[in-house]
Parts: sequence; C-alpha cells; structure tokens
Amino acid sequence: MIEWILELAPAWAEAHAPALIVVLPLLAGPICAFLPGQGRTAWLFTVLVTGLCTLLALVLLAQVQSVEGGAIISYAMGGWEPPFGIEFRIDALNVLVLLLVSVIAFLTSIFGWPSIQAEINEEKRAMFFGAFQVCFMGLLGVTATGDAFNLFVFLELSSIATYVLVALGSGRDRRALPAAINYLLMGTIGASFYVVGVGFLYASTGTLNMADLAVRLQDVGGNRAVQVGFAFILVGLGLKAAMFPLHQWLPNAYSYSPSFVTAFLAATATKVAIYALVRFLFSVFSLEYIFEGASLALILAPMGIAAMLACSFQAIFQSDIRRTLAYSSVAQVGYMLLGISLGTAAGVSAGMFHLVNHALMKGALFMAVAGVVLTYKGTRIHDFAGLGRSAPWTMTAFAIGALSLIGVPLTAGFQSKFALVSALLSSGWWWAAMIVVFSSVLAVIYMGRILEAVFFRPPNNPQKRHKEAPMLLLVPLWILALANIWVGINGNFVSGLADNAAAALFVGGAQ
Amino acid sequence: MSQKTDHHVILRVVAKPLIPIISLFAFYVQFHGDYSPGGGFQAGVIFAVAVILYALIFGIAPAMRAVPPVFTRSLAAFGFLLYAGVGVWALIMGGNFLDYDALFNEPPGGHDGQHYGILLIELGVLLAVAGSMLSIFYAFAGRVTEIKDEDW
Repeated sequence: MIEWILELAPAWAEAHAPALIVVLPLLAGPICAFLPGQGRTAWLFTVLVTGLCTLLALVLLAQVQSVEGGAIISYAMGGWEPPFGIEFRIDALNVLVLLLVSVIAFLTSIFGWPSIQAEINEEKRAMFFGAFQVCFMGLLGVTATGDAFNLFVFLELSSIATYVLVALGSGRDRRALPAAINYLLMGTIGASFYVVGVGFLYASTGTLNMADLAVRLQDVGGNRAVQVGFAFILVGLGLKAAMFPLHQWLPNAYSYSPSFVTAFLAATATKVAIYALVRFLFSVFSLEYIFEGASLALILAPMGIAAMLACSFQAIFQSDIRRTLAYSSVAQVGYMLLGISLGTAAGVSAGMFHLVNHALMKGALFMAVAGVVLTYKGTRIHDFAGLGRSAPWTMTAFAIGALSLIGVPLTAGFQSKFALVSALLSSGWWWAAMIVVFSSVLAVIYMGRILEAVFFRPPNNPQKRHKEAPMLLLVPLWILALANIWVGINGNFVSGLADNAAAALFVGGAQ
Repeated sequence: MSQKTDHHVILRVVAKPLIPIISLFAFYVQFHGDYSPGGGFQAGVIFAVAVILYALIFGIAPAMRAVPPVFTRSLAAFGFLLYAGVGVWALIMGGNFLDYDALFNEPPGGHDGQHYGILLIELGVLLAVAGSMLSIFYAFAGRVTEIKDEDW
C-alpha cells in the first residue's frame, strides 16, 4: 500500500505535504466565511478540504513508513532552517495523530450536514464551517509542528475556534453559553500555563525548537527553572487534555455544543493535547530527569487512576446520555495517561493505541446520539427507551460503540485494554491492571443502563414511529462502527502504528 | 444634529480633524514598520481606533453606515487570505511555504522577494487586525438585549 500511495501522489504533494495539510484548512477557513448560500456550498467545500487532508495524511504516513523504523520528515517554514526557523516535523508518532484527526474530521463533516441544518441558523452556517476549519487546522498544526511556541499558537487557534463552535449550541440549548465561557476560562488558563512553561525553557536554553530543546536540556540538566517550566507545561497541557481533576470544562462543553461539534471534539481535541503531552514528556524532556520519573509515577498514574474510577462513577449517575459519554471520555483519558505514565515503550504504545480506539468508539457513539437528536430531539436515557425498535440501524451502531467502550472481545476497546493490561503487568503494576478491569466493570454499568433502555424498554411515547437517521449520517456512523470491529478482530494495523509511534520516542526520536 | 447631542460640540469639532490624522498615522506605522518599531498589527489597531472614535462621538449607527459590519468581517477574512496567499504563491513558485526568496524566482543575491513578501504579509496583518477589531467592537456595541427585563 505504501508504494501505491507514493506512486500515485504528485511530486508537489509529497514535497510539501507537512505544510499543505495545515495550509489547506487555513485557507479554507476564511474562504468558507465568504461562500454564499445557506451553508450547503460551505459544507461541500469542507468535505472536500477534509478529504484532501486525509489524503495528505496518508501520503505522510507512506513517507514515514517508507524507511525501516520510521523516517523523520522535516519541513522548514519559509526556507528558514531549523532550529532558527519554524520547523514542521513529522515522525511515526504524530503522523498517527494527523491521520486520526483528518479521518475523523472527514467522516464527521460528511455526517454534519443534516445535523447542522437542524441546529444552526441559516445565516450562521457558512461562518460555522469557517470556524470548524480553523479548529481543524489548529489541531493539525499542534500535531505537525516541531516548534514549542508555534504549538502554543496553533493550540490557541484551535481552542478559540472551539469556544465559538461550543457557543453555537445555544440555538438548541442556552446552557451552551455558560459552557463555552467556562471552557474559555479554563482553556485560556491552560494555554497560559503552557506558554509560561515554554518561557522558562526558553530562558534556560535559548531555543524553541523541540528537537534542539531536547539536546540542550541535557546540558542544562535539571535546574529549578527547567523543573518549573516542566510543571507549567504538564499542568497546561493536562488542562487541555482533560486530565483529572482539570476536566471540569469537558462535560458541559460536550453536552451542550452542537452534535456535530461534540462528535468531532470528543474524537480529536483531547487526543491532540495528549499527543502534545507525550511529545513533551518523552521527546523534549527525557526520562533521565528524576523529577520527570517522579511526576510520571506520582502524578500521572494516580490522576489517571482517579479519573478511571471517579469519572466512571459519575458517568453512572448521569441521566443525560451525552453527559454519560463525556464523563466516560475523562475516564478513558485516564487509561491513556496510565499507559503513558508507565514510561515504557509498551505503555506508551498501549496509550496511543487506546487513544486511536477511543476516537473511533466515541466518534461512533456521539454520531449515533446526533442521529437521535436529529430525529427524536432528546438526549436523556428516558428519551432513548425503545429506540432499538424504531431506529435499529442507528442503535446497532451505537451498541457496537458501547461494547467497544466497555472492552468486549472482538471490538477495538478490548484490543487496547488488553495491550494496556499486559503493559501494566510486564511492569509489575498488577494492582493498576486490576483497577483497569474494575473500571471496565463500571463501564458495563453505565453503558448497560443505556443499552437496556434502548433495546429492552418499551418506548415511553407509543406514537414514536419507525424513524431512522438520514443516510448521510448512517454511512459515516457505520464506517466508524465497522472500524471498531475491524480493529477488534485484526488490530495489527493500528497497534503496529502505535508501536512505531512509541518506538520513535524511545529509540531517539528526539535526536 | 439633534438638540440632545449639542453639548458634545467640542468633542465633535476636535474629533473631526483627528480621525483622518489617526488613519494616516496608521499607514505611517504600517509602511515605516520596516525601519522603525511598528508593523501590521499596531497599524491595524490604530486604524480601527479611528473608526471606533468616530463611533463613540457620532454614534454607532453612522459608523456602521460608513464602515458596514459585513465589510469589516470580509476585511478580516481577506487579510487572512492575503497572508496565506503569499505563502501559497511561494509554494507555487517552487519554494517552501512563505519562502519570500522564491516569490520572483530571483537569481542568488536578489532580495526583492524578501521586500515585497513582508510588505504584502504586513498588509494582510493590517487588514485582518483592523477588520477583526472593528467586528469585535460592533459585536459589543451593537448588541441589543435579548432578554427583556420583565422576562426575568
């Protein structure tokens, strides 16, 4: 497949793919704002751009994989050579995230049209797609860049666009506005912490390029300024990644934003922040620092476990399905952090594997919920009763996503949880492995409640007729649902990518 | 001019000559930014301030007639496109994104590309900043209360 992609791709796409994948949505954002009509052209344009970005991500993947052990593609912005200029640096780790973000953006923007027609005012739709493109571009930029300050700029770009997108949910539910303000305050604090941390690193090393930082930090050693910088970056990115207990912005933002935005954000935003965290933990800093080892074992691991337990419990007591899924998202971030906190290649690989799988399952679940919002206008468990009979296709896909979230064998969730448990056991953390299993039992309870209502309870409104979500929504939904099963049966492709990603970090990805 | 605003006569008289000077100063900051402190961002803010001053003295409605919100929004998007467009131009000419040296396919030693490249980029920044400042100002100043007092 690699040779095939490299053969088909034109030379300019291969040479400039790292820049183009960010530049395309960057250009598309303001163009969308100009497009006339009631948003239909803007939507088609968005689908086109996200599709092209997916192709570019595939080209990058092929380029990275064309060399044994993973090539590193470096792109000098404006022809200024790194470490002086801004560098876009693609390796096995971030190409995985790039591919994930662009595929999810492509699938969600296909399904988005009916849902946006129902939820966003006509005159705001073109601007809505513009904001979506900027958000998408920011997420790709955070992933692609090799410059610590540039990462901050892209992080802010994507976040500011996200606040707008969340606030646009106010047409359906006014509580979207306080949710957006809350997210804005928290997100801005997170970004400020990050930039303060980068400031400390810059003061002690004099460079902002990540690869260069990694080299120079070894000479500087673990002085106090570096430690403070590390702490600021950890908290700042932790806030963006919804690391427990910094996750308070997430449940409201996910519950009240437009369905399309929820499906996209749940599958990408926190994932990109976790990628940035991994990049700093293992690539910029290295494990030789005692303070970093301590922070992994004493901060990330307990926080991950606390998220897995506390947020799973909270998910059980929610009556709104989107809130259940949002709390479950925080719990799943806990699994990823637990894997990363092991500090071994197997642990990081399991974390990245779960990151991808979680995007697949949460994408499917939130898309199915969006379908129900569209046809039946309700997101409480009570509203879902009996839907298994009136909307079988939507709900079967929902059930596949739910089973995958629980970690039932033959689904993606099982594969990555299995990888996580074996990584934990090989490091001797058997107690943590038991907590993972226990937390999965909690997932059985909170997803089981919903599935029970969907399939076994009679509809609370007998007038509810057979009403399926539109085709445009069902196709991407089922692509994601089938991807869950495919990864569950034959997980080698994704887990191989995750292994390569972890290997790139541990075999000298930074140097 | 109605009776009510008459006691603003001093403000109006002072502001009228100031507004063109402020706009002119914006362009000075813009084009002299190559050699002295300044550049697109500062110039954009100063230019927006000229319009905002007009709105403060003469009211928001005349300001919106003179510089319509649709125009400010488009200006912001256009400035952004101009910036990115220079980057794409460099891409098409065979350089890296935003590589000014590639803009005119110059022989080594020629630096016209560097000069015009940064000039266009700064112009894009000016338009984008002025457009977004004004859009934000209009959004705040032109806001009508959505919930009536008796609805509370």
